[in-house]
Amino acid sequence: MKPLTTEQIRAVIARGKLKDNIFKVMGIFCLSLALVVIVALIADMVIKGSERFTVDFFLNFASRHANKAGILSAWVGSLLVMFVTALAAVPLGVAAGLYLEEYAKRNWITNIIEINISNLAAVPSIVYGLLALGIFVYQFGFGQSILSAGLTLALLILPIIIVSTREAIRAIPAMIREGSMAVGATRWQTCRYHIIPYAMPGILTGVIIGLARAIGETAPIITIGALTFIAFLPPAPFSELGDGGTAGLFDWVMAPFTVMPIQIFNWTSRPDPAFEVNAAAAGFVLMAMVLSMNAVAIYLRYKMRKNIKW
Amino acid sequence: MSANNTTDLSQVSNRLAYNAMRNWKEKLIEAILLGAAAISVLTTIGIVYVLVSESVHFFSNVSIVDFLTDTQWTPLFDDAHFGIMVLISGTLVSSAVALLVAVPMGTIIAIYLSEFADSRVREISKPILELLGGIPTIVFGYFALLVVTPILQYFFPTLPGFSLLSAGLVMGIMIVPYIASLSEDAMRAVPMSMREGAYAMGSTKLYTAIHVVVPAAISGLAASYILAISRAVGETMILAVAAGMQPNLTWNPAEPAATITSYIVQVALGDLPHGSIGYQTIFAAGLTLLLITLVFNILGQWLRAKYRENY
Repeated sequence: MKPLTTEQIRAVIARGKLKDNIFKVMGIFCLSLALVVIVALIADMVIKGSERFTVDFFLNFASRHANKAGILSAWVGSLLVMFVTALAAVPLGVAAGLYLEEYAKRNWITNIIEINISNLAAVPSIVYGLLALGIFVYQFGFGQSILSAGLTLALLILPIIIVSTREAIRAIPAMIREGSMAVGATRWQTCRYHIIPYAMPGILTGVIIGLARAIGETAPIITIGALTFIAFLPPAPFSELGDGGTAGLFDWVMAPFTVMPIQIFNWTSRPDPAFEVNAAAAGFVLMAMVLSMNAVAIYLRYKMRKNIKW
Repeated sequence: MSANNTTDLSQVSNRLAYNAMRNWKEKLIEAILLGAAAISVLTTIGIVYVLVSESVHFFSNVSIVDFLTDTQWTPLFDDAHFGIMVLISGTLVSSAVALLVAVPMGTIIAIYLSEFADSRVREISKPILELLGGIPTIVFGYFALLVVTPILQYFFPTLPGFSLLSAGLVMGIMIVPYIASLSEDAMRAVPMSMREGAYAMGSTKLYTAIHVVVPAAISGLAASYILAISRAVGETMILAVAAGMQPNLTWNPAEPAATITSYIVQVALGDLPHGSIGYQTIFAAGLTLLLITLVFNILGQWLRAKYRENY
């Protein structure tokens, strides 16, 4: 083999550097494409929906007339469903994460639970909707209510909360547990007074990301049969009902409802372009909710990484 | 002295009683926590139970052979046909379009972020990708139908208002963050010494990335692709909004077609009586969907085990 001349070696190096630079440009192009999509999405919804950003839009019920229609029942429904979801998913998820990290022995039961959780995270969300339709709506008789929807979404985000709880707990060094036990605390006291408080920021991040996912979920809620046209609010506790009675404290959990994503879906699938405007405005409101929740979570995690030094 | 002894003894017995109660309480709490962890197993059992029991009813009316081989899907017509291939074709075509976008884009972004970008670019890009991954799918559906489809129609005037193509493209963009972030994690886990070895031999960055880092991280990359496939197959709202919902046995992405997921949405939007054959079809469709994602997940775990490299 003939040795290369200096010029040839220079050419090889130049070619290699050129390829490096071409790839860099490709990388930056792909990244900016992602950014462009986000910007285009938001810009489109803001421009199209701008005429609907009025107080009335937030305070009106759905209507057949596009310009009078609003998202009152949708955002109230979303908030109530999120409330039920958080109430069910947070204690269950934290308890499960705590068990798997602090209590579980390495045996087959633990293995099954762990494999299960990682598999559940990959189950399509619409399958949770079918589960809820079969179990919550018909077996338990909850009907197409806020309770059914809240519990469905709670099951859906449970793996997210469990995984983030476990990660947060795993980051706590063993010396904290040893110190607590050395002064005579039981396992639960150690968890209650040390592990849970120290893991709190991490758990909170997971909870927010989970809820942000849940508030945007449409498919499982459609599957349990949420209505698309709701022109009333669930009964507030102790309010007067139409038949003269008074609503109980928890009557609202059994009420029919609609949520933001379903309202958007409904407006998007109508042929009348006037409703596109509503869909854009409602989409922007939903995006704002989800993105601000995500931003809080990202900020929390960022702060945590900076502040905690064991 | 004796009086003192009795107090000591009663203190000891108090102490023992307290300890016994404390132990009992500890056991109780452990049981409650185990119960919470077991909910996930119950969820799985519930999913399998619901899908299988309704599907058993369904398959007592429709033969499995017809279900798998019929080329028509018209469950709500008088002349009912139940050919699941019609829905599977829509699912596979839209997923293929999505993966054609997401796999190259996601991989390029991952290689760029892990091998080329400086830490400042990485710190900014990762949250942006995370935000992209957090956008609700219904918003993506709106985007596909009312923004991407008109743009595509400008270039291809024959494209119908609903198509697997535009839904698939947007779905691909949605999946990019999953692939990018998982693949980047896998590539960053490759030890620096391997790169340094390659650089010492005179490799360029790109050569090192493609011939050293990517092969070393291949199990992580494969896992991210598999996750992307199951996301695409299970995605619902983008397709329900932008791909049209009429069943259509086609392999052409420029046509509208229903997928397994959008069919379930379509039926759920209507008012089907509990227990009717139409009601049962969505569970049979759901079972098919679950089996497809299960196959991919098992494949993914097998790939990961096969190509796992430890450094």
